[in-house]
Amino acid sequence: MGKRVLITGLATFWGGLVAQALEKDPSIDVLIGLDTREPSVELERTEYVRTDENYSILSRIVQAARIDTIAHTFLVVDSTSMRPKTMHEINVIGTMNLFAAASAPGSTVRDVVVKSSAYVYGSAKEDPVWFTEETPRSHAPHTRVERSLEAVEGYVRDFAEDNPHVNVTLLRFSNVLGPDIVTPISRALELPVVPSLLGYDPRFQFVHEDDVVGSILFVLDQRLPGIYNVAGDGLLPWTEVAKICGKRTFPIPPYGSGLLALPLKYIGVELPDEILQLLRYGRGIDNRRLQRAGFRYKYTSAGAVEAFIEALRLRTTVGTTEPEYHFERDVEQFFRHSPAVIRDLDPGPGAGPGLGLG
Amino acid sequence: MVPPEGSPDELHQEAGPSDAGPPARQFDEDLLEAALAETLDNLQAIEGDAYAEIGGEAHSYLPVATETRPEALHDPRLTDVDEWGRSEHMRMIARRLYDPFYRRWFRAEWEGLEKIPVDGGALLVANHAAAIPSDAPVIMHGIETELGRPVYGLADQLFKTMPVIGTVWSRVGGVVAHPDNAYRLLREQKQLVLVFPEGSKGPGKHYAERYRLRRFGRGGFVEIAMRAGVPIVPIAVVGAEESMPIIFKSNTLAKLTGLPYAPITANFALFGPAGAFLYFPAKFKLKVLDPVSIDVPPDQARYSRSRIMDESEHIREQIQAALYQMLRERRSVWFG
Repeated sequence: MGKRVLITGLATFWGGLVAQALEKDPSIDVLIGLDTREPSVELERTEYVRTDENYSILSRIVQAARIDTIAHTFLVVDSTSMRPKTMHEINVIGTMNLFAAASAPGSTVRDVVVKSSAYVYGSAKEDPVWFTEETPRSHAPHTRVERSLEAVEGYVRDFAEDNPHVNVTLLRFSNVLGPDIVTPISRALELPVVPSLLGYDPRFQFVHEDDVVGSILFVLDQRLPGIYNVAGDGLLPWTEVAKICGKRTFPIPPYGSGLLALPLKYIGVELPDEILQLLRYGRGIDNRRLQRAGFRYKYTSAGAVEAFIEALRLRTTVGTTEPEYHFERDVEQFFRHSPAVIRDLDPGPGAGPGLGLG
Repeated sequence: MVPPEGSPDELHQEAGPSDAGPPARQFDEDLLEAALAETLDNLQAIEGDAYAEIGGEAHSYLPVATETRPEALHDPRLTDVDEWGRSEHMRMIARRLYDPFYRRWFRAEWEGLEKIPVDGGALLVANHAAAIPSDAPVIMHGIETELGRPVYGLADQLFKTMPVIGTVWSRVGGVVAHPDNAYRLLREQKQLVLVFPEGSKGPGKHYAERYRLRRFGRGGFVEIAMRAGVPIVPIAVVGAEESMPIIFKSNTLAKLTGLPYAPITANFALFGPAGAFLYFPAKFKLKVLDPVSIDVPPDQARYSRSRIMDESEHIREQIQAALYQMLRERRSVWFG
């Protein structure tokens, strides 16, 4: 029997990408995606279920669909993307409900992958150059996103401890860059001059979008339990990051930079505390455990920056190449469920959209 | 100006005993380039061994062993800043600037250099002194030029917090003193690591207390050496205390600025503001003591606290005794 997979945050960047990638896996029978909004990418066979952001109906879905694998990709790490309260609801309450559902009596869940972030390590002057999965952070978190991620990881740990028969994987990603993703850092790098803190040139580590999705698929496929750092090889000084992007840095005074970063908000670049802290001290995470498990990265840190800037250059020259996708419930339902649609069991490369496996 | 830390590790071909003429020292760029490449090769060879030992795993962030990584990833780096934040280019500049201080100003003189291992990891520990410690650059530059081995100086994170200074410090060779950093350098990369177990209590002491060693922290350095399975090489340094002596300490100012100590130095009193940077030309004498190998298995989760404290105290006493002996033999602060 094939896998029955539940994806959280289907409408988010990661949920959509992971769902698209999992659709190609023939060993997966059922793919269900949860979100409050409609998916923003084209999906062939993933079933979209609209929920509230903290998944109060989750345990019913898990039971009804006999879900055995959960890919928890819906964790907010970009604190500029929403109000703190919403972020708390999604990260902390959402994860709590997810694990409550997964550990309910009679639950069929056997694999859980959680997409966390290297923000749980913080960024402080006392930090080692490389954080391993076991290195504790130097100070208690003081930013909201770090606090909420720490709470999330607490639930993950508790769940893993209480359910030893479930394979729980916690992935901690460093800052992501790539052709498509938009983060505070990518927005900063899009500016004509890149903001930096005067006198500081910390080292950054990046992971490419493809490696993020690749690593999630890898751990699902290998059923690897435990905590893994996911990050490209190498640490780059921030000035070098700007240089690869062909730009100069614009230093802002290192003291009171929180205030000075405020005006940037009006040009669409918001630098929250956790990013300002990175601009001061940087962070490196040791990615060797996942490599020892057999994962091969496609991009180094510098490679991810280059991929980002090349895609940006193309975009600024020719505009977005692909038309934006709009989810239309009736059409999607028609393609998935109507008896009128002849579903090709082995869709070739030319198979059009909507011709899924049903 | 402050002589920056850091010094050559690529002087293999000129490391012979014959290079006595300090001012004639040539910094030929081509030669250095070639030497640099060679050092990198050597380093990688060392690292390759390290991996063979710890289970043959390849370091991802270094272009090592092709058999473990069939195709090297495209890595469009534009600077030579390595994982520790060091830049060989910056270090070369720093060496050129610092060399005259090492040779002409402090006239550093070594004894027992041959006791420092030529390969494999080792933890160098020394006494620490002067308001802005002058001993770290002397030891690092000395070993790197005389022995041709890079030294990784572990230091207080205080440097990292200072704008500009922190960045330069990191580029020329400073690494934050964290057990993980030390372990990785010693055990995995088999490097020479320098620590000052007294921490900021050493440089922060009054001139009247010179050459009296402070507490060696909580013996953390011994624990790291045990875990990494490397010998500890004690070094006694005479001269640093007199290069920037503290004649007055202000606790209020220290509290206000958040610094571990806020000193008024004799240099300051004598040279005015320039005294914040200008060292007295005290004669430096450095004595390498017998390496201490602690007979315990590496990579244990915990080590006996009493054993750690005993070893730590033992090493402290050795350095203290060597210092007293060197001071007995010293005729002049300025001429040795």
